[in-house]
Amino acid sequence: MNNDLNPRSNHIMVELDQAKKIYPMGGQEVRALDGVSMSFREGSFWAIMGPSGSGKSTMMNIIGCLDRLTEGRYLLEGHDVKTLDDDALSEFRLKHLGFIFQSFNLIPQLTVQRNIELPLYYLGWEAKESEERAIELARRVGLEKRLDHRPTELSGGQMQRVAIARALANDPQVLLADEPTGNLDTATGDQILEMLVDLNNQGKTIIMVTHEDHIAAHAKSRLHMKDGVIERLEGEFE
Amino acid sequence: MKYNKFWRDVLLGVENLLLHKLRSFLTMLGVVFGVGSVVAMLSVGEGASKEALEQIKKVGSNNIIITSMKSVEEETETNQRGPRMSIYGLTYEDRERIARTFPAVKQTVPVKLIREEAHIGERSMEIRVVGTTLAWFDIVRRPLLAGRILSPSDFEGHSAVVVLTEYGARRLLATKNTIGENLRIGTDNFMIVGIVKSEGGKAADLQLPDQEVDAYIPINIAKTYYGDTTRDGTDSREMKQVELDQVILEVEDLEHVEAVAKGIEVMLDRFHTKKDYAMSVPLALLKQAEATKRTFNIVLGSIACISLLVGGIGIMNIMLASVTERTREIGIRRAIGAKRKQIITQFLIETVVLSTLGGIVGLGLGIFIPLVITLTAGMPTVVTPLSVMLPLFISIAIGIVFGLYPAARAAEVDPIIALRHE
Repeated sequence: MNNDLNPRSNHIMVELDQAKKIYPMGGQEVRALDGVSMSFREGSFWAIMGPSGSGKSTMMNIIGCLDRLTEGRYLLEGHDVKTLDDDALSEFRLKHLGFIFQSFNLIPQLTVQRNIELPLYYLGWEAKESEERAIELARRVGLEKRLDHRPTELSGGQMQRVAIARALANDPQVLLADEPTGNLDTATGDQILEMLVDLNNQGKTIIMVTHEDHIAAHAKSRLHMKDGVIERLEGEFE
Repeated sequence: MKYNKFWRDVLLGVENLLLHKLRSFLTMLGVVFGVGSVVAMLSVGEGASKEALEQIKKVGSNNIIITSMKSVEEETETNQRGPRMSIYGLTYEDRERIARTFPAVKQTVPVKLIREEAHIGERSMEIRVVGTTLAWFDIVRRPLLAGRILSPSDFEGHSAVVVLTEYGARRLLATKNTIGENLRIGTDNFMIVGIVKSEGGKAADLQLPDQEVDAYIPINIAKTYYGDTTRDGTDSREMKQVELDQVILEVEDLEHVEAVAKGIEVMLDRFHTKKDYAMSVPLALLKQAEATKRTFNIVLGSIACISLLVGGIGIMNIMLASVTERTREIGIRRAIGAKRKQIITQFLIETVVLSTLGGIVGLGLGIFIPLVITLTAGMPTVVTPLSVMLPLFISIAIGIVFGLYPAARAAEVDPIIALRHE
């Protein structure tokens, strides 16, 4: 994981090179990604946009190491993900990525604290240290008084903040947000977006999927997908 | 650290199970009853086996007991009026012939049995006078409670001495102080020299040579006082002429007992025109009893195993349902970075916690049931460390075996699909 070995990785966090994802479906091929080449630099904040079926979710799954390419290359922090087996992919997600989902995806039977601690649990942290870390993260998202609550006792905005705290627990370089405001009202959604902008300002690379322009407007750059290919890029990029 | 993490995982499993208390409890029941019945079965089996072993010790598995018996033919053909005399049974000659012919026989004990009324002062009871030799006390080893057993000088000196049983002593109000006192048997007077414990109790007990109403006297005295002709039963007018009522043999080697018994039977048949004796071989009886018990245990064990199996299937069923129900949770954990192995461990721990808890409760049940059996049915039960450890081990194994498949199913959950799962 030594980034110095690869000079490009100091700048490029995520790189897709002629990435193709082809699903067989009813005897036909669905080209969810049909040759996408794209680099996401460190510290960038991208919004991936496009109608449903455009391939933006597939791209998210690929970047999130939840799925593998059929063809082409995907490099995360300079590592070729294609060569990794299932365990190594899990390890990769655990160490390098943070996920924020539209439906929050907190584990309902666990308290706020336990939910935040989840990545640390799999990283093998000691109970005491991971508790301290969880408290610190909860404070960062303004939920230090809710540590013992269950997700069902929280509002949507609070749940998403717990999810953000959880995504930050392992201190990942890249945050992946899949329609993070989709289940929230505009005001709450804006708060969450502010939080993401803050995190980006602190140096996190953020890749966010959305189909709403005003949400995408918070990102520094926008990538429009259509039929599995990049239609156009907007905003700040090189 | 590994240790702490393990207990954290277990605690997490317990917490998850506590979310569905009723469901977890009902799932556990299968194992509870399974383990309960295994423990109870083992305890009852162990109790019976211990009782049987104690019986062997009392009877003496090296022994063969031959008892004189009026033959069936004689019963029917002597159906005449008036007092009759039946001549049958074992003879002194038989005893000597056995001792001569079978070197494997270590010692032979001749026994004369006479039913008589015994008195000490006002008290009286019907006793079984046992005229025998010193070897009796060697073969039928019973604790001496007071005084002494018969001694060689009693035989040499033709002493009219008697050794009472504990039961007889109690009935006749004989105590330690009674040693040296007079016991009137019929019309004869005997000096009480000792009191021994009796194991026989009711005569029907597994072929025990001794009975609780015994009174032991030297055989030569018995011969002189009673002769070979006695009344056939206490209130019968029929007479019998029997030289020896019983011969007890001790065989040197346990392995030869059954062969010697066979040989003696062949030999006695040659010299006795009628079948006027009965042979009892405790060892053969015990072997038979054990074979029956083994069959019984196998049947009980199979039933207990079936209930354990049913319990295991119940657990598997619920865990499979739980995996489906928690698909989303599994997806979240996988997305965050849990390895398949860790998902397997999580679900396996839940199953094992469930089955082990069931095992512990079942163990309680399995110890309680034999207790009730012992108290109500008077059947002896023994809880051995094995009958405790084995079911516990089995219940853990059930958790692993029946948890493996649901856990593997959980690990196969595709996080992408699981996260879309509502």
